[in-house]
Parts: sequence; C-alpha cells; structure tokens
Amino acid sequence: MATDGTQVLTVQRYHQEKSEPFFQSYELRFHEDLTVLDALQQIKDEQDGSLTFRWSCRMGICGSCSAVVNGKPILMCQTYLKNIPSPVRVTPLRNFPIIKDLVVDIDDAVNKMSDVLPYTDHAEEKPLEDGEYQQTPKQRQKIDQTSQCIKCMLCYSACPVYGLDKNFIGPAAGALAYRYISDNRDESKAKRMDALIGEKGVWKCSFVGECSAVCPKRVDPALALQRLKLMGAGRLAQKVLSNLTEKSHEL
Amino acid sequence: MEVFESDILIAGGGAAGLRAALAAAENYPQLKISLVSKVYPVRSHTVSAEGGIAGVMRDYDSFKQHCFDTIRGSDYLADQDAVEFFVKEAPREIIQMEHWGCPWSREEDGKIAVRAFGGMSVKRTVFAADKTGFYMLHTLFERTLKYPNIKRFDEWFATKLLRTNGGVTGLTALDLRGGKMAAFKAKTIILATGGAGKIYSFTTNGNIKTGDGMALAYDIGVPLKDMEFVQFHPTGLPRTGILITEGARGEGGYLLNNKGERFMKDYLPSKMELGPRDIISRSIMSEIKAGRGFTGPYGPYVHLDIRHLGQKIIDEKLPLVREVSKDFAGVDPVYEPIPVTPVAHYFMGGVSTNLHGETEIPGLFAAGETACVSINGANRLGSNSLAECLVFGRAAGLKAAEYCDQVDLPNLNPNELEDEEKNLDQLLHQEGNERVAQVREALQNNMQEHAGIERTGEGLKKALENHEKIAECFGRISLHDHSKLFNTEFTSLLELKNMLTVAESVLMAALHRQESRGSHLRTDFPTRNDEKFLKHTFITRGASGMITQEKPVTITQWQPMERKY
Repeated sequence: MATDGTQVLTVQRYHQEKSEPFFQSYELRFHEDLTVLDALQQIKDEQDGSLTFRWSCRMGICGSCSAVVNGKPILMCQTYLKNIPSPVRVTPLRNFPIIKDLVVDIDDAVNKMSDVLPYTDHAEEKPLEDGEYQQTPKQRQKIDQTSQCIKCMLCYSACPVYGLDKNFIGPAAGALAYRYISDNRDESKAKRMDALIGEKGVWKCSFVGECSAVCPKRVDPALALQRLKLMGAGRLAQKVLSNLTEKSHEL
Repeated sequence: MEVFESDILIAGGGAAGLRAALAAAENYPQLKISLVSKVYPVRSHTVSAEGGIAGVMRDYDSFKQHCFDTIRGSDYLADQDAVEFFVKEAPREIIQMEHWGCPWSREEDGKIAVRAFGGMSVKRTVFAADKTGFYMLHTLFERTLKYPNIKRFDEWFATKLLRTNGGVTGLTALDLRGGKMAAFKAKTIILATGGAGKIYSFTTNGNIKTGDGMALAYDIGVPLKDMEFVQFHPTGLPRTGILITEGARGEGGYLLNNKGERFMKDYLPSKMELGPRDIISRSIMSEIKAGRGFTGPYGPYVHLDIRHLGQKIIDEKLPLVREVSKDFAGVDPVYEPIPVTPVAHYFMGGVSTNLHGETEIPGLFAAGETACVSINGANRLGSNSLAECLVFGRAAGLKAAEYCDQVDLPNLNPNELEDEEKNLDQLLHQEGNERVAQVREALQNNMQEHAGIERTGEGLKKALENHEKIAECFGRISLHDHSKLFNTEFTSLLELKNMLTVAESVLMAALHRQESRGSHLRTDFPTRNDEKFLKHTFITRGASGMITQEKPVTITQWQPMERKY
C-alpha cells in the first residue's frame, strides 16, 4: 500500500434543523490513492455518519459528486488528495441553495435544460422500418463535444453571471441547446432558438469562460453560448423581417 | 400523509425505466405516469455501460444467429421464446434511439457502425464511442422532457410495495429533500431499479446498485429467479473495480500474462480474447493461480494491451478507457498495458417475469437488470443488456398501459401506511453498537469470499451461517444521523436491508444448484448436469425463510448441447 499517514480535511456543514453553516475538520487515514470522495466516505463510515454528500459511479461519468475544493468546482471522485495543497477545504457547489452539507438543490439548472427542448424532432417522422437517419462521422463530429455533458453542474457553480441573475439560462443548458441545434438530423431548430433568444436566454453570457475552465468533460459551454448568440442575432433579424412583412401585408 | 395517484408508477430512472415511461407516454397520452428514482435519472448506473448494444443490423447477420449466440452464451439456460422476441425487437430499438438523437458512432457512409464483442459470432454491437450507456441514458432522459404526462419524483427512495390479493396497489417512498414519507397509489408498477453488484466488495457497480427492486418484490411474495448467476467481468481495474470495456478487446486488444503471452490461446483458441465473459474470467483466474499473473498492491492482475491499436483508434473509439486508465490506474494505454482483473458486474437473475415484463402479481412488472425474463440464462453476452433494457422496458411500458384500462385505481390501506411510517421511524432511531458500514462490509466480504467465481457446497453453507449472523447485526445498527432531511446514512441502512435479502437469495440458489453452468462454477460439481439442472431456480418468501423451487426452461428450436467454441 502507498504512503500512510494522516491528513486533516475540513468540510462545510449545514443541517437546516440544527444550525447555520459551519466548518468541521476531520482527521483521516491518508494514502496516495485516496480521492476526496474516498476521504469523505471514510469519514462517514468511521467517524461521522451524518456527513452528507451524493455519489455513485466513482468514475467521473454520473455527475453526482460535484463540490468545491479549495475554491475550485470539481468532481470529488477524480480528484486525488495528494494533488491538493493543504489545508483541504470542501464546500458545496456555489450558486445553488444548500439542502444539507454538500448536497445542493440543482432543480433550477435541470429545469433550464428542459426549457431548451433537448430532443430531436423531424418535420415528418420516418417509420422505424425505413432505418436510421444518415449522419457521417464528420457530421457527428459537430455534436461530439457538446454531447459529452454529464450534467454535473460544475459550470453553473463557476458562472459569475448565473450567480447574480438566475434568469440566465446558464452554461450546460446552452451547450445542450447547441448540441441539438448543430445535429444534422434535427428539424426543430427555430423553435429551440426562440426559447434561447428571449429574456431568459443566451444574451447575458459575458464570456468569462469559467464554465469551460471547470468542465470535467471539456464540453466548452462558453464557446457554444457565443455561437448561439450569433445564431440568435440572425434569428432575431429574421423574425423582425417577417414581422415587418406580415405588418406590411396587414396594411 | 400525502398520497399521489398514477396509472403507471415506474421505480427507477435508468434505461429500462425511462424506456418504459416513453413507451407509455408516447402511445397513451391520457395516462398519468410517475417516475420515482432515488437519484436524478441521469445518475443511474446505465451511465457507466460502455461497450455497446447488440442487434442484428447487417445483411451478413441474422436473427437466428443472434439467438443462437445468446442461447449458447447462456449455457442453454435462457428461455428461447424470450430470446427470439428479444432478438427481433433489438434492432428496432436501436433505430428508435437513433431517431431520438442518440449519437451512435458511424461508418464513413453515415450508417450506424458495429463492432465485435465477446461471444457474438459476427460484428453486431452498435456503440457510441465507449460511452454507449451514457449517451443512451441522456438521450432517453432528454426525450422524457417532451412528455408532460411523465411526472418525475427525483431523489425519492421507495421503501415498500403494497398489494392485496387482487394485485399491486402502490408503494411508499421517502422524499429525501422534503424529509417525509408519502404514498403512491397506482394501477400498475414497473420495477426498473437495476442490479445488486454492491453485495460484493469488489464490483464495477456504482454505489446505488443495491438490489432495491429485487428485495421489494421478494418481500411481497414475487419469486426471484436464477439468482446464483452473477457475472464477473474479466476486465476491471484493481483497487476500484472500475470497468474497462469489452469493446477494448472487440477493437483488437490482447490479454497478456506475465510472460507476455496471449494466454487465451490455451483456453479458447477459436475465440481468443472474444470469448464469453464467464470463460475469459475463469481463464484469467487460472493464469493468476498458476503464477502467471502480476502482483500489485491491490491484488494480482493480468495485462490488457491495446497499444497496437494506436492513439487515433483509441481516442476515437475507446476514449473512456484512456480517461479512466489514466485517472484511476495511473497508466496511459496508448503507451502502457492496463492492469485488469475479474470483478463482479451483472446479475443474470432477478425478479421473475414473462416476456411482457409481467410478474406473478397482477399489475406488477419488472424490466432491465432488476428482472429475469430470462434471455441471459447462466451467462449474459456483453452488449445484450442495454438492448434488454430497451426491449423489455418498452414491452413492460406498453403492457402496463394496456392493463390500466382493465382496472380502477386501487385503495390503499391506511393502517398499512401508518405501520410503514412507524417501521421507518423505528429503524431511524434503533439503538445498538453496530454501524452501517461495518455490517455492510461484513456482508460484502462474505459474498466475495464464498459466492465469487468459484463456489463450493461447503463454502456456501459457511457463508449462509455467516449471513445469519450478519443479518442479526442489522438489528443492532444505530445511526449518527436521526434527521429526516436527506439522511443518506438512513438510506444506506435501508439499502443494506435490501442487500441482505438479495445476498441470501444468491447463496441459497447457489447452494441448491449442484452443477457448473455459465457463471456458476461449483468446484465440487465441475460439470453441467442437464438431467437434473436444466431448470430455473426460484426463490420465494416462505413463512420461515426462503423457499427454493425449480421451473422448466423453455426450449424452442435449439436443443441443449455441449457448449463449444
């Protein structure tokens, strides 16, 4: 086994029934292969069963174990203690209401994803017997990056705009919208664009790029949002024009 | 107590549960569908499925061939009518996923690509890089957002199924965030809660895979079928058990011993690394026993070598293999072989159903890994399980929707609800000197030691004795956290209760089956015995413990013969 020893880990606690948020430090058995998630589980199993956090796959794909470690939003399962300078301080994701300890309420972000209509629609649905819609590797490449999002919500935690204004659609939902808009098989782009160019839409992104910096799957939501802004501007112009045309018909 | 009403209640938000919800929602917009899941659906363990999904997609392939591969892989324990239905439906489901936007990997001409997989005689495994389950789960989840008649209950933990003699009536569940128990009244219930890999100490499975649906069904008298058959995947990373996909071998990867030899030549020369999982896992164990493995701080292992595929193929088709090998084993497979060792992975057994997902209790259905139809028999072929989730998820969703027409919304017994509330409260405040983690670890170690790849009658008896003691300890567990709100120590306790039921059923069934078949290797009965054991094992709840029975296997066109490759 790797180097033994002990280490201190400080966690932000909050039990609504009991008190205001406070910090609690735990001493734990350290070894080189210990992740932040392993450390928390060790504490929960051996010292304090009330320490509360989410986790499942422990391989960086289910997106459950998001938290902020020494100020940076990360997935705890793939962050090794040996790589973090002491003292180590674990706090819940920012910009979401805290439910208990490291568990936050992410429903607002989940609902925003729902708002961008994240599913392909075809003008006329082809019967299944007629087989698949064609998509060349090159066309698939266009959705490759944005379709990697695991909905861990680290980007919402990092986004200064979402922190100030919950109306902003936010990074992951923007990336998700862009993923479906750039899919060659989808035929409901206009509807989706309209959902994005309203008051709650993409305009508020100030391109700080924090979302892309913290994304554990390299999705680059900041870039997706910039592209959506360009497309949105086009769509707005189109709508203004068609409104004018309609009005001129009315006259 | 709050009571929610639904036509169809689905417990579990992985591939099978979501597919069931979509089938019902799309075809029966008037139905009220509730999706109850202990995690957000996108956290479900489907997300970790990697290599692909099987279906006949090419002219060179045939339904008959896929059926035969599956049946031979099952060591002739699969029900052949179910396999025929499954094989016929699988391609349709793959196309349906495509129409819903799933980003399958493609051939140059834009067609859906296929790759080779273990035990499949031709290339028929459709994939999306090596994150197939992840892409499928997100596609399905996003699709459910289109249907207003699917109401989600995210982070609700189901505690008990309710029934009368006439059939299922509902369930009780804890709202983790609200901190309260509520009742769900439903005409039909579909269990889609996944497998129970967490009853082993070394598993590919995520933390949530605790066999909840199996235990809930068992508790109200539904038989569990073929529970002795637990698949050990040949290639998990030492220490964590994280899965390295069979797709790595499908794309041409080698298994090497410490002499640098492709040792599968000595065990299965016709298939080499692309044999079925039970045979490959046993071969690895045999190499290790013979001293031809590597020794590491976390136990012995062999090498999976994909260096010769080159960086381009690895990054394009096996990006997750590279990612997790680097993150969790400290090796970059472009330059170094990956250390791998067999690891508990999948339950062939589960809640007994027919091919419409129906259990013996009217109105109660099951689909996916929770269920046992059985298409997998004694050993599942890699990439059949994702297809199984879709095919039988849909079948259960449709059948449940039909059934809704025939029944009225049942009434719940208020006394029963009160009792459950009291029971939960008692568990929350129970006193004693045991801790959840210790008892859970004892259970996992007991299963790992005695119900792993190799089993003996003596070992299983010993394990059952140990199990009884472990179950006694459960009653002496006290919690640190007595709060109602998001109490994950309490849900761990409830999960442990479910794990105890599932683990015992595995031990009972394994002791009963005095033969070796598929994943079940009894070293004291090393051969297959069709005369006595070409049968399904049924475990049912009796007045004083588990009752073991046998039921016949359905054979249509493929007579059992020696399993040769």
